[in-house]
Amino acid sequence: MNASTTSNRIQGNLKNYAWVLLFLLFTIGSYLFGFRPGMVIYSNFTEFFIEMLLFIPFLFILIGLFDVWVPKEMIERHIGKTSGIKGIFLVILLAMLQAGPLYGAFPVAYLLYKKGASARNIFIYLGAFSTLKLPMLGIELGYLGWKFTLIRTLVSLPLFILVGYILEWIVGKQFEVKDLSDHGNGDVA
Amino acid sequence: MNMMLSNALIFGVVTGLSLLVSLIFDRKKTFLGLKKGWKMLFGILHPFLNILILISVALFFVPETVIIKYLGEGSGLVGFAVAATIGSITLIPGFISYPLAAALLKQGATYAVVAVFMTTLMMVGIVTLPLEIRYFGKKAALWRNGLNLLAAIIIGIIIGWLL
Repeated sequence: MNASTTSNRIQGNLKNYAWVLLFLLFTIGSYLFGFRPGMVIYSNFTEFFIEMLLFIPFLFILIGLFDVWVPKEMIERHIGKTSGIKGIFLVILLAMLQAGPLYGAFPVAYLLYKKGASARNIFIYLGAFSTLKLPMLGIELGYLGWKFTLIRTLVSLPLFILVGYILEWIVGKQFEVKDLSDHGNGDVA
Repeated sequence: MNMMLSNALIFGVVTGLSLLVSLIFDRKKTFLGLKKGWKMLFGILHPFLNILILISVALFFVPETVIIKYLGEGSGLVGFAVAATIGSITLIPGFISYPLAAALLKQGATYAVVAVFMTTLMMVGIVTLPLEIRYFGKKAALWRNGLNLLAAIIIGIIIGWLL
C-alpha cells in the first residue's frame, strides 16, 4: 500500500515536471548541436528564473509565517456585527490575508452575508480580495517594483470602496448571496 | 538588474527580521509556518516553471516590434482595448501574470497598458461570470464587472500618467 502511494507520488511529480524535463533536454540538445533559437530561449528563461529565485523563497517564508501568526478566524467572527469605517477596515483586512483566484472569494462572500455583513461590505471585500491580497502584493513588488505597486494600491483602494457604495445603491435592500454548496439539498447551515 | 537586486535585498531583510521575531516569540509556530510556506511554494513550483518556459518561448517568437506596436507608447486606445479585453476574459493567477507583465514591460509595453491588463485580470472575470451570477444574481454580477472594468481603466490612466 505504502509502496504504491509512493510510486503514485513519483509518477505525479514526473507528470507535473514533464515540461520542465522536456525543456531541459531541448536546451541540452540546443547547446550540443549549436541550435541558436534554443540558446536564445534558454537565456530568456535563465533571466526569469534568476529573477524568481531572488525573492520567491523569501516571499513564501513570509506567507507561511503570516499564516500561523494572523488570527483570521477572530476577524471573521467580528465582521458581521461591525459596521461603519471599522467594518470596512475589517473586511479589507480579512481580504488582504487571503490567497487564490477571485472565484475562491465567492464562498467567503456567502459566509459574510450569513454573518450579517452589508452588501456594501461584501463588495468591498471582493474588491480588496482582487486587488490587495498580501501574497499577491509581494509578487507584484518583486516583479513590477515598489512604485507601480504603491500607486496601483493607493488608486485601487478608494475606487473599490466607491464601487462597493455604488453597488449597494444599485442592488438595494433585496440583495442576497446564494450558497451553491448546498444547492438542492435545502438549508444546511 | 538593479531593481531585482534591491528587491532581493528588501525581501531578504524583511524576511530575516520577521523570522527572528517569530523565533523569539514561538519556535514551534515558526517551524509550522516555514513548513506551510514550503508546501505552498512546492505547490506552485511546477506551474510557475512551466509558465516561465512558455514566456521564454513566446518572447522568441513574438518580436519586440509587435509588442511595441500593440501595447507600446504609440498604441493609444488600441493598447488599452487589447489589454482590457485579454485581461477581462482570461483567468490567470497572479504568480503567473506578474512575470508576464514584467516581460511585456521589458519588451516595450507601457506601464498604463500593463496596469490595465493586470487590474482587469484581477477585478473582471468573464469566464467566472456565470458562477458569479449564481452567487450574487445577474444584476449585481453584471454591474460589479462593469464598474470594475471602468475602475481598471481609470487605474491604468493614472498609472500611465504618474510613471
